[in-house]
Amino acid sequence: MEQQKEPKVTAELVKEHGLNEEEYQKIIEILGREPNFTELGIFSVMWSEHCSYKNSIALLKTLPREGENLLTGAGEENAGAVDIGDGLACVFKIESHNHPSALEPYQGAATGVGGILRDIFTMGARPIASLNSLRFGSPENPRVRYLVDGVVRGIGDYGNSFGVPTVAGETYFDEAYTGNPLVNAMAVGIAKTDGMISATIKGTGNPVMIVGSKTGRDGIHGATFASEELSKESEEKRSAVQIGDPFTEKLLLEATLEIIDEDLIIGIQDMGAAGITCSSAEMSARGESGVTIDIDKVPIREDGMTPYEILLSESQERMLVCVKKGKEEDVRRIFDKWELNSTIIGETNDSGIFKVRLNGETVSEIPSDVLALGGSTPIYHRETKKPDYIDELAKFDFNDYPLDRNWNEDLLTMLAAPNICDKSWVHDQYDSQVRTNTVVAPGSDAAVLRIRKTDKALAMATDCNGRYCYLNPRIGAQQAVAESARNVTCSGARPVAITNCLNFGNPYKPDIYYGFSEAIAGMGEACRMFNTPVTGGNVSFYNQDKDRAVFPTPTIGMLGIIDDLKHITTQWFKNDGDLVYLIGENKEELGASEYIHTIFNKNTGPVPELDLQFEKDVQDTVREAINSGIIKSAHDCANGGLAVTLAECCISNKEEAIGAQIHIDEELRADCLLFGETQSRIIVSVDKNDGEKLVELCIKNNIPVSAIGKVGGNRFSINDIINLPLTDMLPAFYDSLGKLMAKA
Amino acid sequence: MKFGVVTFPGSNCDYDAYTAIKVLGEEVEFLWHKSSDLLNSDVIILPGGFSYGDYLRSGAIARFSPIMKSVKEFAQSGGLVIGICNGFQVLLESGLLPGALLRNAHLRFAGKYIYIKVENNSTIFTSVCQPGEVLKIPIAHMDGNYYNFDGEIEYLKKQSQIIFRYCDKDGNISEAGNPNGSIYNIAGISNKEGNVIGMMPHPERAVENILGSSDGLKIFESIVKSFSKGMAIERA
Repeated sequence: MEQQKEPKVTAELVKEHGLNEEEYQKIIEILGREPNFTELGIFSVMWSEHCSYKNSIALLKTLPREGENLLTGAGEENAGAVDIGDGLACVFKIESHNHPSALEPYQGAATGVGGILRDIFTMGARPIASLNSLRFGSPENPRVRYLVDGVVRGIGDYGNSFGVPTVAGETYFDEAYTGNPLVNAMAVGIAKTDGMISATIKGTGNPVMIVGSKTGRDGIHGATFASEELSKESEEKRSAVQIGDPFTEKLLLEATLEIIDEDLIIGIQDMGAAGITCSSAEMSARGESGVTIDIDKVPIREDGMTPYEILLSESQERMLVCVKKGKEEDVRRIFDKWELNSTIIGETNDSGIFKVRLNGETVSEIPSDVLALGGSTPIYHRETKKPDYIDELAKFDFNDYPLDRNWNEDLLTMLAAPNICDKSWVHDQYDSQVRTNTVVAPGSDAAVLRIRKTDKALAMATDCNGRYCYLNPRIGAQQAVAESARNVTCSGARPVAITNCLNFGNPYKPDIYYGFSEAIAGMGEACRMFNTPVTGGNVSFYNQDKDRAVFPTPTIGMLGIIDDLKHITTQWFKNDGDLVYLIGENKEELGASEYIHTIFNKNTGPVPELDLQFEKDVQDTVREAINSGIIKSAHDCANGGLAVTLAECCISNKEEAIGAQIHIDEELRADCLLFGETQSRIIVSVDKNDGEKLVELCIKNNIPVSAIGKVGGNRFSINDIINLPLTDMLPAFYDSLGKLMAKA
Repeated sequence: MKFGVVTFPGSNCDYDAYTAIKVLGEEVEFLWHKSSDLLNSDVIILPGGFSYGDYLRSGAIARFSPIMKSVKEFAQSGGLVIGICNGFQVLLESGLLPGALLRNAHLRFAGKYIYIKVENNSTIFTSVCQPGEVLKIPIAHMDGNYYNFDGEIEYLKKQSQIIFRYCDKDGNISEAGNPNGSIYNIAGISNKEGNVIGMMPHPERAVENILGSSDGLKIFESIVKSFSKGMAIERA
């Protein structure tokens, strides 16, 4: 490789690299000189929003990040880790791949899955589950259907081939996401607590290796691209989208776990955003050491790549490994066995500098610390301004919603609504069972996976109601945490920790930043209440096109532990004659509901109230009841309200659908009773002999409980306003998404 | 008896097959694709996954691996071989079983529990099943649409080589019960001699009730039972 003539660094070039004048001056101050072209590229990616979190880190630090079971701090490692007992750790994280998926849905989503899986196995953990939280515009829009199809295929093809079960997630539709879909991928892995490894470069004279795929021109400036609004010009940046190869990733997984298991290495980090640059800078900053990379030694896919390109390439399925001196051949033996590249490209030292050489000549020399998150990258406090729409949309007049309706028809319409209907069109395209740990597959409140050689299981769910967050970002974020905790609680678990994926618009717009800061505040309040610290995650700004920003969407990935396999609980009714109870209470609330969205095409109104202490008490009570062995089913009452929740209890175990007769004696408007989304409610069913035990338990805990009906028959009724045969409800619920997606 | 589970690069159900045999309580060992040593296995499992990435036709590259040369010789001399999912694809590509597996008719990956009917329970692989028994076993594949010429299907029928057919919960062979468009609802076939079987559903994933079904265990139990009987005859 020869040094090619590099462009001169001009003001225009600096601007093209997404750096502002203030930042450029800071670079000059740090280096004591002007940066060259390669260095400019490095600063550009490392100080991009995507890598530096410059506009979010100050607020993120206000979130609760401590807990007795945490093995890593938020942002300290590639993923968060929680001690789950029995000498095991659960490693998990969620990350966005929104912009790549907007342009190239298949590869964008596939590489999103690949990236998050690498974050898990670089910690020494074997991935056991994958989840996806997806948001799109209306499925009536053909472009949206193209995106849905590509994203689902991309997630499926990558995870299915890699061999991780895709077990849960959400698929949510609203016009707010038309121009900028959200693709948030979460992965969960298990490691031995004494077998985990850090993403560190340390010591002097330790060899640094690049392993896995060769480096190509794909994905150059992916991180910078993710830090801009989507526009017409974005289409031209399609080359910033990476290409995934799940087969190579599978081999990389096995080889990585072997070198960790044989204790051959000091540290390892995935090459995701900003490739070699980010991994070298972050690992050496973390180890308070230095590293010199000989860029000409990197195996490349095509001739003529410049240091700039090699350093910024985001070619997938690569890792940077700091090897224990003397163990190079052992590492090579293992990578040879799996037919993967492993090449020494550098060495550690104690300089604190990330230096890059080409044929022995220095082409870049920057202190690691100034590049790495947690070091001295820029930190900004942005201006906030409450957007005018919030007070405007909070106004709500019940007179706009007539009560002379055919409630049976409305319920069928709701069951078929894209945000409520069965999502097997999506998850049947995923392998949800490989590695044979999946006890509860997609279709219940949370996925449940057993942990081999223990009596325990892990419950996991992702949640966020973007509409709530749009109408009230603070309470919306609280609700996202509360609902995800409620979901794992209904499966029998105690919530232990979260990972978050914060999807927002342009942070330089004060009204957007208001939503962000409010959401962080609300999330922090809720996490403190549930004692579920934030173990890490990802911030994705600039989710907007020329027309609008997406709803503020702080997606929560919740992890729960079930201490005894026999307490695993599903959401559907089980047996004829079982009694149905509502835990929590009904209120006259209708604002922000799926009902007014689906039937009246409105996204307005006050969001439902949320009392976090009450929510926690309800969840604790349900968990106590589950642990006492009397609960046959438990289902979170959320999107669609009571009528939809109860209908799902009847039909969501498709082959064993069973009816229910419900009587609720309350003075409430019918629409609020059926479809209002009052929080902190859970529907449970128990054997007819266990009803009193449940009531006693609730009374002891001072939690409202009411007997509302009985399971049985082949019809579903509520008072005298709903009465439907299951044979009408099943096709409405199950055939809807397939029919929508089959449109030309 | 001893099971050998082949690991190709890209196999991802090798571990599931291995643990299923452990649940069964029999001896089991992994066989590496670059080796030609079957480690004295009595039965070979070719597991599911995406061997060598399957970027070409599924199973098309695996058949050239050193281990497959040994598996072929083993099968041709009467050794027991079961190919599951990608393993079935490899057996077809290797010429050990007739026909082909096309892309699923709806052109999408299909991952879910389905039902299969035991069409022939007098085989080594189904001897503990009742005639016409319905088994609940999951599938997870993109290329599971079995195809062969009409004449060949008639021949397979006549030779009782069709072992499993997709059906509904009640055992009715129907279009609705067919998850991938397979001709004649074929889910699994054997060779003429009956010592090699290929099937798309994953019996190794259905060996414990906590996972939703233990029907898959019957296939492995059948193998053990047939094998010990065979040994008894030989010894007598």
